[in-house]
Amino acid sequence: MSEATVQLPTNPVEQFLRMDRIPHIWCPGCGIGTSVNSFAHALIDAKIDVKNTAIVSGIGCTGRVAGYTNLDSFHTTHGRAIPFATGLKLANPKLNVVVYSGDGDLFAIGGNHLIHAARRNVDIKVICINNLIYAMTGGQTAPTTPGSVITSTNPYGTYDPAFNLPYLVEAAGAVYVARWTAFHVRQLARAMQEMFAKKGFSFIEVLSPCPTLYQRRNKMGDGLDTMKFYKQVSKVRNGAPTSEVALSRSGEIVVGKFVDRERADYGGLMHDTLADALGDEYVETECCTCQ
Amino acid sequence: MAKGSVQIVVERCKACGFCVEFCPTHVLALSSAFNAKGYHTPYMSHPEKCSGCDLCGMYCPDFAIFGFKEPAPAKEAVAAPPPSVTETSKEEQDAR
Amino acid sequence: MHADPAGVMTGTHFLDGDHACCEGALAAGARFSSGYPITPSTEVVERFANRIPTVGGTFIQMEDELAASITLQGAVWGGAKAFTVTSGPGFSLMMEHIGYAAMTETPCVFIDVQRGGPSTGLPTLPAQADMMQVRWGSHGDYAVIALCPNSPQECFDLTITAFNMAEKYRCPVFVMLDEVVGHMTEKVVIPPPDQIEVEPRRYTTLPPQEFLAFQPGEDLVPDMPRVGEGYNVHVTGLTHDERGYPDMRPVVQDKLVKRLLDKINKNAGDIVLYEEDQIEGADVVVVSYGITSRVAQRAIDMARSRGVKVGKFRIITAWPFPEKQIAEIAGKVKALVVPELNLGQMVREVERCAAGKAVVRLVGHAGGSVHKPEDILQVILEVAR
Repeated sequence: MSEATVQLPTNPVEQFLRMDRIPHIWCPGCGIGTSVNSFAHALIDAKIDVKNTAIVSGIGCTGRVAGYTNLDSFHTTHGRAIPFATGLKLANPKLNVVVYSGDGDLFAIGGNHLIHAARRNVDIKVICINNLIYAMTGGQTAPTTPGSVITSTNPYGTYDPAFNLPYLVEAAGAVYVARWTAFHVRQLARAMQEMFAKKGFSFIEVLSPCPTLYQRRNKMGDGLDTMKFYKQVSKVRNGAPTSEVALSRSGEIVVGKFVDRERADYGGLMHDTLADALGDEYVETECCTCQ
Repeated sequence: MAKGSVQIVVERCKACGFCVEFCPTHVLALSSAFNAKGYHTPYMSHPEKCSGCDLCGMYCPDFAIFGFKEPAPAKEAVAAPPPSVTETSKEEQDAR
Repeated sequence: MHADPAGVMTGTHFLDGDHACCEGALAAGARFSSGYPITPSTEVVERFANRIPTVGGTFIQMEDELAASITLQGAVWGGAKAFTVTSGPGFSLMMEHIGYAAMTETPCVFIDVQRGGPSTGLPTLPAQADMMQVRWGSHGDYAVIALCPNSPQECFDLTITAFNMAEKYRCPVFVMLDEVVGHMTEKVVIPPPDQIEVEPRRYTTLPPQEFLAFQPGEDLVPDMPRVGEGYNVHVTGLTHDERGYPDMRPVVQDKLVKRLLDKINKNAGDIVLYEEDQIEGADVVVVSYGITSRVAQRAIDMARSRGVKVGKFRIITAWPFPEKQIAEIAGKVKALVVPELNLGQMVREVERCAAGKAVVRLVGHAGGSVHKPEDILQVILEVAR
């Protein structure tokens, strides 16, 4: 028997995964895993300091991302990933803090925290996987679910108007706002990479299939059909006014980078105000670490 | 010789079809064989067309495939399933 | 280890309970607070906002108590000792995150300056009606530590104790004031930093490859990892194993949740603090806490001057409850009188531990003011007969 073993290359994504927890729980054709590939590639290409990168999730299918990524990871309570991330970042500003969560978690129960963090321009990076539904709990209506679709809590069809996420987040004060779909794997990786280099509250919406619940209940095919749909109806419009990028059940999906602006981040604002007021008496700390 | 190749972790695949559909040179197809979960997994039906771009890897939601540029072995390499998949008890699988 | 001098305002001061709590937190090493205003607790964080920029740390006023109660936990994992303050309505909002702190074993301090309830109740007036809520308010089985100061000096001292216990047992610890203790102004002596003992965070000395984030030590408490040092810790509110990985099996649930209870209950000997006086030979013992204990002292003195053999048991640690002590006392006396600013909360624990060996009488009060000593005296005299 030959001693020489064939050296198989490893998937570069695996260094960022807790391989002892793979296979994961996501359904066939779900786009969350696809977005994690983009995330991993963005971490590599950004040459980010991985040791000082922390990921915070809420509850839901996307919330499980924290459990699968091999970083300091925090699976918090429903809707509260952003305030947890705020505390983490303020106590230890040298951390790169990424919030990875779903549309329901971030915009329904978590909506208040999202707008305040954007208002403050807290330096955290938010990746929102938008599958237009509450998937983990079995397919209930989310604030992003388009009208006239069937969900488990709107069995006769939805009639709640849906949020336009980029519009909302821009209005709240985010300095970086983009939308891609799970089909746009490379653009998404590049956007994430750009976002990591940005200082301030940054947000990327990623449209993803939920084949088991959203698509199946509405006879929209499976994950692959949805990815082909994204390919067909997406239009890249960088710089488009966010008021014009609302989604509808089967209409055009505007993708691209919509907002990229400069604003003092929260840490900076706090520092400047206190330094002005207190002069030499102000005690700046690199981080609030106790012994 | 092809510029690239893929590596497939057969037991992780859930046959979503993303890699087959979005490979720019149509290297992959779903095979008639299936894995322990009953999914028809992809194989390189046109290995000579593979550029190693890793778009398949970027798309795969299950981290079951990735592409690489040569000079790694040109033959399609199918990795053995990781021990946790074959040795996990039903109870532990339910726990995940 | 000794307190960091930066946070210690050594000297003799005239402070109210709220302000003394803030000084206690700073002396204990708290360098982060996320707060939300609510009467009668707001002064604690107002003072912190004022003091922390010259001590070195951060205060942020969050948009609600839901945020405040989880932001501080993010800061804890970021490396800070952190706390928040609130009162009844805010306390109710914080319940989910109290459970999260218990489940993730996040060391942190919550100060509840109790006011009249339920609901909006009496915002500016005292009650002691959150005592059961602090123990049972979040869902599921978990254990907490709750301390009851009865003076501004104790607000200072017990806040330091709270932070120390939080680090030692990796759990949320509560300082249960009431509006009167919070707003009464008294002498508070703050010692020099080298006379203040502070518990350091129990960071692991193991390298990342060997460390399991939720593997308990012999005291049933796990050491903590440092974030940003390559430990790749996973913290989740899901039931988890020693690695911190979610695991839904009942056997894992049993092991984890029992340990969360055991680590407090089995260490109760070190955690339970109380004050006793003239228990030996007493016919009646008055069991009280917080501001009510100050009024009760007057009633006890009045009863003693009438020849009644009255003992005093002042609860300082309300949770874990002083079960052993109360059970022992109940076996030796005729009656236990329990005045509290609620319509019957801690009295239930007294009854449970007395197990019928002594008569237990509540002197309840719906809240809004403190008891009149005569109301407590009357019951003492009744049961002494």
